[in-house]
Amino acid sequence: MLVQILFYGFSLLLIAAALGVIVTRNPVHSALCLVVAFFTSAALWLLIEAEFLAIVLVLVYVGAVMVLFLFVVMMLDINVEEVRKGFTRHAWVGWVAAFVVIAQIVGVYWFKGLGIDATVGAAPLPEGYSNTRALGEVLYTQYVYPFELAAVLLLVAIVAAIALTMRRRPGLKAQDVAKQVAVRREDRVRLVKMPAERRDEGSAP
Amino acid sequence: MITLQHMLTLSGILFALAVAGIFINRKNVILLLMCIELMLLAVNFSFVSFSRFLGNLDGQVFVFFVLTVAAAESAIGLAILVVLFRERRSINVEDLDTLKG
Amino acid sequence: MMNPNTLLAIPLLPLAAAVLAGLFGRWIGRTGAHVVTILAVGAAFVLSASVASGLLSGETAPYNGAVYTWLVSDGIRMEVGFLVDQLSVLMMCVVTFVSLCVHIYTIGYMHEDPGYQRFFSYISLFTFAMLMLVMSNNFMQLFFGWEAVGVVSYLLIGFWYTRPSAIFANMKAFLVNRVGDFGFVLGIAGVVYFTGSLDYRDAFAAGPEIAAAKIALTSGTSVSAITLVCICLFIGAMGKSAQVPLHVWLPDSMEGPTPISALIHAATMVTAGIFMVARLSPLFELSETALTFILVIGATTALFMGFLGVINNDIKRVVAYSTLSQLGYMTVALGVSAYGAAIFHLMTHAFFKALLFLAAGSVIIGMHHEQDMRKMGGLAKVMPITAVTCWIGALALIGTPLFSGFYSKDFIIEAVAESHRAGAGYAYFCVLAGVFITALYTFRMVFMTFHGAPRWGQGAVAAHAHDDSAHDDHSHDHDHGHGHGGTPHESPWVVTLPLILLAIPSVLIGAYTVGPVLFGGYFGDAIRVLPANDVLGELSHHFHDPFSFALEAVGHPPFWLALAGVVSAWFVFLRNPQIADAFAARLASLRRVLEQKYYFDWFNEHVIAAGTRALGRGFWKFGDQTVIDGAIVNGSARVVGALAARMRLLQTGFLYSYAFWMVIGLAVLLGWFLVRG
Repeated sequence: MLVQILFYGFSLLLIAAALGVIVTRNPVHSALCLVVAFFTSAALWLLIEAEFLAIVLVLVYVGAVMVLFLFVVMMLDINVEEVRKGFTRHAWVGWVAAFVVIAQIVGVYWFKGLGIDATVGAAPLPEGYSNTRALGEVLYTQYVYPFELAAVLLLVAIVAAIALTMRRRPGLKAQDVAKQVAVRREDRVRLVKMPAERRDEGSAP
Repeated sequence: MITLQHMLTLSGILFALAVAGIFINRKNVILLLMCIELMLLAVNFSFVSFSRFLGNLDGQVFVFFVLTVAAAESAIGLAILVVLFRERRSINVEDLDTLKG
Repeated sequence: MMNPNTLLAIPLLPLAAAVLAGLFGRWIGRTGAHVVTILAVGAAFVLSASVASGLLSGETAPYNGAVYTWLVSDGIRMEVGFLVDQLSVLMMCVVTFVSLCVHIYTIGYMHEDPGYQRFFSYISLFTFAMLMLVMSNNFMQLFFGWEAVGVVSYLLIGFWYTRPSAIFANMKAFLVNRVGDFGFVLGIAGVVYFTGSLDYRDAFAAGPEIAAAKIALTSGTSVSAITLVCICLFIGAMGKSAQVPLHVWLPDSMEGPTPISALIHAATMVTAGIFMVARLSPLFELSETALTFILVIGATTALFMGFLGVINNDIKRVVAYSTLSQLGYMTVALGVSAYGAAIFHLMTHAFFKALLFLAAGSVIIGMHHEQDMRKMGGLAKVMPITAVTCWIGALALIGTPLFSGFYSKDFIIEAVAESHRAGAGYAYFCVLAGVFITALYTFRMVFMTFHGAPRWGQGAVAAHAHDDSAHDDHSHDHDHGHGHGGTPHESPWVVTLPLILLAIPSVLIGAYTVGPVLFGGYFGDAIRVLPANDVLGELSHHFHDPFSFALEAVGHPPFWLALAGVVSAWFVFLRNPQIADAFAARLASLRRVLEQKYYFDWFNEHVIAAGTRALGRGFWKFGDQTVIDGAIVNGSARVVGALAARMRLLQTGFLYSYAFWMVIGLAVLLGWFLVRG
């Protein structure tokens, strides 16, 4: 009973947050609504005993991605009015599309069945079961290559993001380490050969 | 008792809202990106529920990878956005029609 | 059992000599070239003669086997093999003997020509190809030999390749032969289709099977397979043996040097078609329709080509038309199933026609390469040997009793009279009339050349010269020391020796061999005739010995017709030349038809060649440029372009429209998933 109350509560909160994401006028508010949505999702995942992913969702999304979003939103000087122009003109298309998609997805679940009995609850987990441990066992054995690939992918994404946004402004007195290291003697010192000059005794002071 | 049906319906609603969001906020690239995150969340919802209710951990592993890729995607997406804004002083989608046929 | 190595040596010796003379002619020199080729062809002749004597005395059985398998494809064996029986051994002897004579003769005829070694190489190569053709035991090799002699013929007609008329003539010969070869290849394909083998033996064994089969031409009509196959094969023979309407190349082939005209375009290659039909007699026998077709074509050629000989003034062309006419006789003999008579006439004709050509060549040498008979006359006094041998050849050609041509030609006429095949009546008329015409043009040539008042030395071109022989006039006097108008002289011994060598069989071989070859069962199994068609068997009841037959012939119409021909030739062309002119004036339109050679060339040039060109232009303009280039290539590009011009409007470049389409796609996918199954 408690679980059900919690489920419906969080569900309503989630839908409200999602609605907030798509309808608020200010992008900062949208981002904050999205943070709420992620938090409630994490709570719902905890409810169905997917603890590891719930924590990861909070850490990765709320802790990293959403911060990034907020950072960008606030950094960029966005003319909200300009962007919001024509907001309601095409909104009905969005609602129709949303309705059709809901109808279809629910239709698939409810009428097609897919050979799954969707009306029973989850099987209870055994005593002392650790979702994190079970996931880790699979991830580091069976899925170790995809895992490494994912790591490389993240590295590439970091490099790409930096490469994209880095810029060299002229007139900035920054230190270029690579240039300093690569410097050669010939670039700095010039030896000049010239005939020896006799000191003029007479003119010596 | 929470059943698979409940979770899938919730995920469907979430996805539909994200779709609607794409249409409603069709001019704001940042909001488009957010809607995509929302869609990914809906899909991840389905994965986790199926995994849990069918007793197969592979779904959760998949969600793990989706989270990784989504993080990478939003990082690069936002980087592009920053560069774009630096070039055009605008993130209005209607200004971005270089690929128009 | 014959030794296959001996058989292999017979064609390969001339081939080796040809390679030697052709590729190394510069090193071995002129003498080297003719020595090596004459030795090789002489050796081939001796070997052929020894094989023949062994076979005829009954010491060895006919040889039929493969000596080399080239490849096996889908069960069809492509082999080099020899079938040496009475038929092919006879051809081998004739080919090598005539070739030998021509080789010797060439020493004299070509001794001033810069292409001396090349010429010897070509004629040796020809001997090789012809031997491969006649000795073959399968269709593949037959076709190889067939095409190889065609190629050599092409090379030799165009031997003086700086003369545009020679190039035109060899191209014409080649193209006309392609038409025939097309039929020939179809015929061979038909045989292979029905028997799955290229070997004669299998084809003959499967003959009745093919005879029973039908080939559907359209959904409603079908023809007997054997008739189709045989007519296709005979179309090949029509090309090679110059039967109407594919005869047009033979008169033009006289552009080549005279020894070639003797060897290839009179004695051997052009008889390849006759030989082929006789060789394949077990197949042809099965189709009455095909034989009737052969009969009618042959009869037409025999008579109508003779007419053309009467009006021509070029000595070589007269002999060439005579060759056409005689080939017609042979074809008629094939048409009435008298294959033996055809081959017999082929053999005697090879000797006396080669003789006539070589005699004509001798006259041409004597006249310093003048070929127009109107500038000759009275040559008998200065060229006695040539004149006598030419007389012998002419007498043999018109079928004077006791000469070789008499026996062969008379039996063809008798066989036609005996035959009940459809068209035999027409053929009988043609061959009888042909006898008169043959005598007329032959002795016109003899009288104009050797008798009467000399017309040489005047230098002037005859008043009514027509362009028929104009391009022969200039000949190749640039490589001959004398110009026109020099005094004629008798030819050197290398020229007269072959004349004498050929004159002997021209007189004797008929009387000597007629009994055994035609009625003595000489051919054995080599030629197969159905009992119902066996006209020669019928004739054998009347035949006792050659001499009494010759005496009897005096009472038969052909003798009187020939005599009438000779007399009228004498009367019209020697005694009162003004009669000929009067006739020419009176029958101007007929004369024009004859001078235009029945408009065959005109037809070919203006209808077939021009039509083909027009068709080609049509295909090019409409088919290629409009349909393929315009509609298919550029059209498809234009359609894609037009489509793309519409489609690119979908590419708005706006993110939300892409998303919109993605959602539409998702909705459709889900909807399809919901609705279906």
